Amino acid sequence: MADDSLKKTPLNQLEKDLGGSMVDFGGWELPVLYDGILKEHDAVRTSAGIFDVSHMGEITVRGPQALDLLQMATSNDVSKLDDGRAHYTGLLYPSGGFVDDILIYRMAADDYFLVVNASNTDKDFEWLQQAAAGLDVELKNVSPEYAQLAIQGPLAERILQPFVDTSLAAIKYYRFASTSACGAAAIVSRTGYTGEDGFEVYLAPEQAPHLMKSLVDAGAKPCGLGARDTLRLEAKMALYGNDIDETTTPLEADLGWIVKLDKGDFTGRDVLAKQAADGPRRKLVGFEMIDRGIARHGYPIVTDGEETGVVTSGTHSPSLKKAIGLAYLPLDESAHGTEIRVLIRGKETLARVVPTPFYKRAR
Amino acid sequence: MSTPEDNRYAKSHEYVHPDGDIGTIGITDYAQKELGDVVFVELPQVGAELEAGDELGSIESVKAVSELFSPVSGTVTEVNDALTEKPDLINTDPWGDGWMVRIKLKDPTEVDELMTAEEYDEYLEKESGH
Repeated sequence: MADDSLKKTPLNQLEKDLGGSMVDFGGWELPVLYDGILKEHDAVRTSAGIFDVSHMGEITVRGPQALDLLQMATSNDVSKLDDGRAHYTGLLYPSGGFVDDILIYRMAADDYFLVVNASNTDKDFEWLQQAAAGLDVELKNVSPEYAQLAIQGPLAERILQPFVDTSLAAIKYYRFASTSACGAAAIVSRTGYTGEDGFEVYLAPEQAPHLMKSLVDAGAKPCGLGARDTLRLEAKMALYGNDIDETTTPLEADLGWIVKLDKGDFTGRDVLAKQAADGPRRKLVGFEMIDRGIARHGYPIVTDGEETGVVTSGTHSPSLKKAIGLAYLPLDESAHGTEIRVLIRGKETLARVVPTPFYKRAR
Repeated sequence: MSTPEDNRYAKSHEYVHPDGDIGTIGITDYAQKELGDVVFVELPQVGAELEAGDELGSIESVKAVSELFSPVSGTVTEVNDALTEKPDLINTDPWGDGWMVRIKLKDPTEVDELMTAEEYDEYLEKESGH
């Protein structure tokens, strides 16, 4: 299914050689799976899997007022980061809705590395540039300069260690090292999108195939977008465009922990302060199906025949062996144990609100 | 896996295996590969009456949901209950234990309007753009 109109990551040829089933993912040709979502999912939960996430965008923010810009534009408290530490945060509109959900890495007090969703890269960059007007800060979209590999799973550290020139054991969760991988400059962070231990490695595109091939040879199973989605959903990690977007705030999305109202003013703060005081009118909750069936993105939740909510993500959970999902529900219907009805192809299907994450790894 | 010659095939990738006035319906090997890991199948009940082209049910893989269509008209006489516990039979044995329903054919000549194995293989070649 070669399609020349699609963007390709530096790992495209290797992925095809490894038997990847390639699909169009937001304009990028990426593998949805290699030899099956269930097997790939299981590999990440029990040993290690490797994902090409080179489509993700990277933006650098540098200069004396880099911190001021990021404090104003995002909801988490960037002043709490020190060198070598990263955090998850919301890049917000004045409405409190998400421009994007991103990672911020602090390289130095005046030097930050942002990792953004592929399809939002240009939008985020323009938004930050506007916000930076009048500030002494330099923004660069450096996405073409980086490939990104995610190696995830309990064996990730052991498999990756021989290929990097830093002690991985010394990198704690959400910390990173600027080091080298297979002899080339790389940023290695203990982060991921699977709910499992693991690392993300940023490196020059031309170096990426060699590293990926080495990791596969060392026992990491190549994994596609399909397993990435089931893994992140079990861990209740939000997917931009599905679970969150410009119409949803971090408080509605149950991401209150990335909202630091006491850090000073920031874009969207007024709306979030009001939601924090009054309670958001809706909330993103996890559910599992009681009746048989799988609720998918966009399916309505109905109460007495009226649409009261909507499913944002849903799948068969390979780890739990049941159908799970996320949905926005009115606050008074969002308590754990509440029975809800999902309209699956015209049929009201019973589900139950449950605590999340659906899956939590043993530490 | 070669396409069995004793079946007939629909463009929507269901097959019918005719045996007298009974047709056994499933999905093709190509279809199961496209779907990936099947985790749930929703099928009609015994006694349901279907016209050719009616929705027969749905099949959920980890990846997505797909609708199933009945390639023939008739009455459902049997449903493969094994799929409730082991929906992956559709992946491992689409032509055999992964069958879905048996239908008493209203008009056995309807089967002749469907593609032969050879025609279906040609159809697949065209569809996948080789």
